[in-house]
Parts: sequence; C-alpha cells; structure tokens
Amino acid sequence: MSDTNVDKSKRRFLVMASSAVGGIAAAGTAIPFVVSMMPSARALAAGAPVEVDLSKIEPGALLTVEWRGKPVWIVSRTKEMLDLLGKHDDKLTDPQSDNSNQQPDYCKNPTRSIKPEYLIAVGICTHLGCSPTYRKEVGAADLGADWPGGFFCPCHGSRFDLAARVFNGSPAPTNLVIPPHKYLSESKVLIGEDTKA
Amino acid sequence: MKTMSFAKGLLQALLLLPLTAFASGATVHLDRAPVNIQNKESLQRGAAVFVNYCLSCHSANAMRYSRMTDIGLTEPQIKDNLLFAAEKPGETMKIAMRSKEAKAWFGATPPDLSVITRSRGADWVYTYLRGFYRDDSRPTGWNNTVFDKVGMPHVMHDLQGQMVPVYKTVTDHEGKSHQVIERLELAQPGKLTLAEYDALVGDLVNYMSWMGEPAKAKRLYLGVGVMLFLFVFFIVAFYLKREFWKDVH
Amino acid sequence: MDKLLAWVDARFPLTATYKAHLSEYFAPKNFNFWYFFGSLALLVLVIQIVSGIFLTMHYKPDADLAFASVEYIMRDVPWGWLIRYIHSTGASAFFIVVYLHMFRGLIYGSYRHPRELIWIFGVLIFLVLMGEAFFGYLLPWGQMSYWGAQVIVNLFATVPFIGEDLSILIRGDFVVSDATLNRFFAFHVIAFPLVLLGLVVVHLVALHEVGSNNPDGVEIKQNKDPVTHQPVDGIPFHPYYTVKDILGVVVFLMVFSAIVFFAPEMGGYFLEANNFIPADPLKTPEHIAPVWYFTPYYAVLRAVPPIFGSQFPGVAAMGVAVMIFFALPWLDKAKVKSIRYRGATYKWFLAAFVVAFIGLGYLGILPATPLYTWISRILSVVYFAFFLLMPWYTDSSRPGKANAKWFLIALVVSAIGVVLNAAQAKPLPYLTEILFFIHVACFVLMPFYLKGDQTKPEPQRVTFK
Repeated sequence: MSDTNVDKSKRRFLVMASSAVGGIAAAGTAIPFVVSMMPSARALAAGAPVEVDLSKIEPGALLTVEWRGKPVWIVSRTKEMLDLLGKHDDKLTDPQSDNSNQQPDYCKNPTRSIKPEYLIAVGICTHLGCSPTYRKEVGAADLGADWPGGFFCPCHGSRFDLAARVFNGSPAPTNLVIPPHKYLSESKVLIGEDTKA
Repeated sequence: MKTMSFAKGLLQALLLLPLTAFASGATVHLDRAPVNIQNKESLQRGAAVFVNYCLSCHSANAMRYSRMTDIGLTEPQIKDNLLFAAEKPGETMKIAMRSKEAKAWFGATPPDLSVITRSRGADWVYTYLRGFYRDDSRPTGWNNTVFDKVGMPHVMHDLQGQMVPVYKTVTDHEGKSHQVIERLELAQPGKLTLAEYDALVGDLVNYMSWMGEPAKAKRLYLGVGVMLFLFVFFIVAFYLKREFWKDVH
Repeated sequence: MDKLLAWVDARFPLTATYKAHLSEYFAPKNFNFWYFFGSLALLVLVIQIVSGIFLTMHYKPDADLAFASVEYIMRDVPWGWLIRYIHSTGASAFFIVVYLHMFRGLIYGSYRHPRELIWIFGVLIFLVLMGEAFFGYLLPWGQMSYWGAQVIVNLFATVPFIGEDLSILIRGDFVVSDATLNRFFAFHVIAFPLVLLGLVVVHLVALHEVGSNNPDGVEIKQNKDPVTHQPVDGIPFHPYYTVKDILGVVVFLMVFSAIVFFAPEMGGYFLEANNFIPADPLKTPEHIAPVWYFTPYYAVLRAVPPIFGSQFPGVAAMGVAVMIFFALPWLDKAKVKSIRYRGATYKWFLAAFVVAFIGLGYLGILPATPLYTWISRILSVVYFAFFLLMPWYTDSSRPGKANAKWFLIALVVSAIGVVLNAAQAKPLPYLTEILFFIHVACFVLMPFYLKGDQTKPEPQRVTFK
C-alpha cells in the first residue's frame, strides 16, 4: 500500500456521488414501505362517503351514522332550537366558527350547516375523543338553568350547543368537526364528499 | 395408531402420486391465450363478460370493482354497467350463493376466480372455456376436453353454440387402442361465430389474467426505472471501487 | 462533533468497535468473486427482516383468513405487492447466496483449523434458515403450503417410538390446521429470526477473532510487518472491502430486482402455481414438489427405499445429508486448505459432489419414476461418498494400490448399467439391484485402495493480480 498518487478530490467526488446515489436508493426503497402503512383499499372502501335519507328523522331527533368508523350526528333542528342558537354567543369560545379546521367553508355560518334545519357533525369530542351525549332538553337540572340544549361530554364535562360550538370553560378547545358533505337532493345527503372535489 | 398409518399412507402416496400426475397431465394440448394487459378495450370487454357470465356462480373475493379504474373505467361507469351483485364500487366481487348450496348443485363449490389464471395458467382457462362439448352421460349435459367430467355447465353455450367431439383411434405403447377426441365440431350454431366466440373468450381470459395480478402493469413499468437506476449506481460503484483499490498492490 | 464522539467513547466503545471490526480489521487482499456472498447473505437477512415486519402488519395467521390476507396484501395494501414479492424472492435469494457461500467455504477450506467454530455456527445458521423457510412457506396457506407442511411434519412421524406423538406435538392437531398455522407464524416471525440473528452475530464474532481465510489458504496474521505490526497481505476492511462489497451489492440488487419486477414467480420455482389455490385438507394436488432449495434433500429422502416397512431410513438419510456438514472440519486430512493446491483426486470428488447436489436438486422437482429413483440413489451415494471417503482421499500420505483405477471403472460401469437397465420399459429383473449393489460395494471398498490426493505446498504469501 502507498498513499502516493492519490487523487484526493476525485476520491472525494466518488464517495459523495456514491453516497448520493445510495441515499436515493435508500429513500426510494423506504417510500413503499412507509406508504404501505397508509389506509388500504379496503379501509378506503369502508370509509367511502355515506348516503343518508333525512326525511325519516323526526324534528328534534338525532340520527347517528358511521363514516370512516366515526359517529356522525344528524340533528333535525326545530325552529325553537334554531332561535335559541344566537342567544349565547358571549359564552362560546368560537361563536363565528373562525377556526377553519373545524368545518368546511360552506358551513362557516351561525348554524354551521348548509341547511339550517340539519346539523351534521362528527360526534367526537375535540378534547380527548369521547363521544358526547345529546342533551336537547332546555335548562336540564344537572346542566344548569341556562342550558340551551346541546351536547355534553360525560368524560370531562365539555359542553357544546346545538350548532356543535363549544362553551367557554370546557376542556375541549374547539368546536366539533363538521364533515364535508353535500345534498344530492332535497332529502338526501352524502357525507364524506363535497362539491369542490 | 390411526395417525401413524395415515402418515405412512400419505408418505407412500406422495412418493408415488407424482408419477400418475405426470402420466395424466402431459397429454392435453393447450391453446395460447391472447393475453395483453395493456389492451384496455379488451380488458373492459372482458370485464363485462366476466360480471355477466361468471359472477353469478363464481366469486372474485379479492377483487374490488373500483380497481377497474386501472383499466380505464370511471367509477360511475363501473357503478352503472358492472355493479350487479354489489352496492358500492369499493366492494369486492362477492356472490350471494352459499358454498354448501353450490356444492349440492354442481358437486363442487365453484372456485373463487381472483387468482385462477395464476394457479391454472391463462392458456388452460382459455382452452377450457372453448372446450365444452355435448355429453348426455353427464348430469349437466356438458363435458370438457381439458377438464373431464367437469361439474360446471357450459354457461356461454348461447354464444358459442353446441360443440360435439370428433374421435380418432390411437394405439398406446401396450398395443391397446383407445378412442380419443381429435377436435370439436359445431353441431348447432350460437349467437356468435366461432371466431367471434374465441375473441370474446380471449377478452375474458385477458381480463381474468389482469385480475389475477392488478399491480402487474405497475410492476413492469417500475421495474424498468429501477433497473436503469441500478445501472447508474453500478457505474458509480464500479469507479469508486477501482479508485480505492489503486492503493492495493 | 469530536467532543460528542469523545463523550460517547467514554461511555461506549464506539470508536474502538469501529476500528476493531472495520477500519483496522485486516482482511486478506486476495478475496475473489466467491467472497461476496457473506456480505450478501447479511444483506438478504436485513431485506427479509424488514419486508417481513411490514408483511406482518397486514397478514393474518388464521386458517380462514390467511390466504385472503395475502391477496389483500397483493392488492389492497399500498405497495403490498412489492413488499410481498421482495420477501418471496428474498427467501430463494437467501438460499442461493448461502449455498454459494458454503461452496466457497468448501473449495477454499474455510472450515479448517482454526475456523472450525465459524463453520459450525455457519451450518447451524443453515439449519435454522431451513426451518425458517419451512415455517414461512406454510403461511400463505395455499395448497403447496399446506401439503408441503403435511409431508414434512409427517417425516417426523416416522421416527421410531416417539414419532407419532412428536408429529402431533409439532402440529398441535392430528392434521395441519389452524393451530399449526398459528404456531408456525410464531416460530417464523419471532423465534427463529431471533436465533438466526444470534447465530449470525457469533458467526461474525468468531470470524473476526481468527480472521478471514482466502483463496490461497494463507494465514495472513502469521506474516506481520515488523514496523506497523499489520499483516503484510492484509488490507483494512474499510474502505477497501466496503467499496468492493457495495459493488457486489449493486450487482446482486440488479439480479434481485430483475426477478422481483419481471419474474417474481420465476417459472414456478419461487412461487408455485398450486399455491394460488387455497389450502384444502381434503384434496392433495396432483404433483407436490418442495421449493427448489429443499429438493436435493427431498431427492435423498425419496432415494432410500422403505426398510422393514419403515420410511425412517429415508428420513434419517435426509437428516444425515444435512448434518454431515458439521463433521467436515474433521473429515478433511489434507495439508493444504485451498483447492488451488490440492491434487486431481480431490477435484474429481468435488466435481462429482457438485454434479450430485445439482442433479439431486433437479430430480427432487421431478416426479419419482423408477428411473429417476435409481439415478437419485446413485447421486446420493456420490453425495455421501464425498464426505465419508474424505479422510482417505485427502490423506496425501496414503500410498494407494495400483488397481484403484479398476474400482473407478467398475463404479462408472455399474452406474451406467443401473441407469440403462432402469430406463428400459421392461427392465431385466434384479439386474438393477445387483449393479447398484456392486456400485455401493465399490465405494465401500475404495478406502482400502484409494491413493491419497497429492497436494502442492501452500505459498508463504497470497497471490494477488
């Protein structure tokens, strides 16, 4: 062995070039392995948009459907319920739905819906993922005389109104999520897909 | 004691069985199936034949309808034209028939067809589907040149028509003569000419081959890229090695 | 950076390990083509572990779900088809690489003193690898998986006295069933890989203790530079053998990728057609052949006829055919290690062994006709003769008898006679058996007449370029 006549810059270039090509190879190989952990075609098919017939929901009642394994609530809001919505904005964390992660743009309105009479929301508390219960009775004894009707999370006591907006002082930081949805007809709604896509 | 003798019997059977298999399997001539998974029109025609004729008795449990977007169909097209047995394109090609009932009807459960071309080979399926002939000794009235005494009836006889065998006499190495089927002849025409029927079965088998491995086109395409990349890597690695080994005398 | 390194080195021998095993581990400079397969085996091990982990995320070890879950991986899991093909191709690649690696050890005497333990660990790796492959092959739950496992487990049933209970213990049932699948899964994904990794570590530790052999069989540690105290025929593993092995890895990956992307079934040798049919305990496929890497041993099994109605001799012969590798360090009496300095006798025996191994592998795939069975018997005799006669033919001090060549002629003539007679449609009765008896008798008598192999002296320095 002798170290004479070693072209150091050539050697450095070749080491760099091999490292670069080897790095690309490693990254290229890693991609399929990492991507394989994404939802499979089966999971995607199971999480496909859900079509719901709204005409069967009685006024004031709540229907739960499953979309991507999560409960999605559909509440048929009565006129009285809708009237109460605007009266407690001062007690809400985000009354104007300014947090755009929590609903599609077309639901950034006082009722957080496309059609005011139907609330469609993902029934998972934004605190730690429990599913709140539907408490529509106004002024329920355990929730206080000023309870306007809404959702109450039994796990840590988060409170939401009938537009799924969170009340001040709840552990939950944000309003409940409104899923993407669109109306296929007067009484048919498709949850999980909207028109912009 | 029973397991012991079973084990022994099995072993002995296995040491002898291949012999008989070889003797029986070697004689059947298979026609070459016109498989070309790049031909999307053919695959689409084959898919339509498949859902119309096969999918009432056979399932393809591993195959999702929505995967047919890979052969140039859109989800609405799939939904409107091909979705008879399912509600959503995301579902797999299941069938309502229960395997026990099927066994009672056909003597055997119709196999799932998801990977049938990978176990039987496309040529076998192609020859089989064109090899049905009238045989009144069979309960279904049909027999097959490549699958003797098959339980499946000729589902597409309205298309192909009725074939009857033409026999010839051969003498085996022990000097005995046998009647063997030389070829099939059209006795009663169907809706298609024989050439049209062959083309239809060709499309169907092409579709079934594609369905056996839907990722194949992607695999071949990606493979070319990977090989080209490795070739570049080889050149770099070759010069790297040569440069360092200049030190070694 | 230096400070961090110093901090680590004060607590963990990082730099010392790097020096001991890479930058100041001296390897002979005359490694040739055959020396690529050790590092490649390590690469394939990593490929199999990584791809295996990702398959485990989607596979279901349940008799009702297993087959479908493999197709689920092939279709529904993003890139699942690639991961599965990598794993199935890797299994065969592992055996190709390991067989070539073992052959390297054979021709250059890498099993000889002082490397007997490296060899023993290596043979243990080979055994565990066979078990690992066997367990893994059941998991797709196709017809070949099922019946292959059924046959192999039933081999254990032939062991006298305890066989029946042993096979039930292995299966956890009276036939291969869900219970078997579930436990094979456990063995395949955790038990055997752990043992395999441990054995690979001790294989390498033992190697780095005594240093690598080389195509000349020269012990480079015995000739050190008086000034630097480094072996004059050695070069640091890093960078010289790292860059060389990278080149080997790239070439290997080209072959590997060509198979994964263009021929993952490899004509039915890597993925068998019958394994695309779900396991059916009531219907045996027409032709069962093990995967190619087991066929040489399967052919040995089939070559031995039942004795007193028991299949055990065949099973025992198959077991011995594998285990006999352990004895190799003590069977070889030659004064030199490498084939380069051995004489003609050894080379003839080695060539016969290679022909026998490949021939048996081929016959193991074919159905067992009487002719093939007789050829398998002759090749099995050659296989065992390579090992069992080794103490005689490698002992150069043996004078030998002049008439040894008549034995060779008798061997060849009897072998040809056996094949010719067995190939007849109506073989002459007993002739095949008599000729085969003569053939075996020649082998048994050979030690008494065999002249020891005449070796050339090993050089002092390795030959390079």
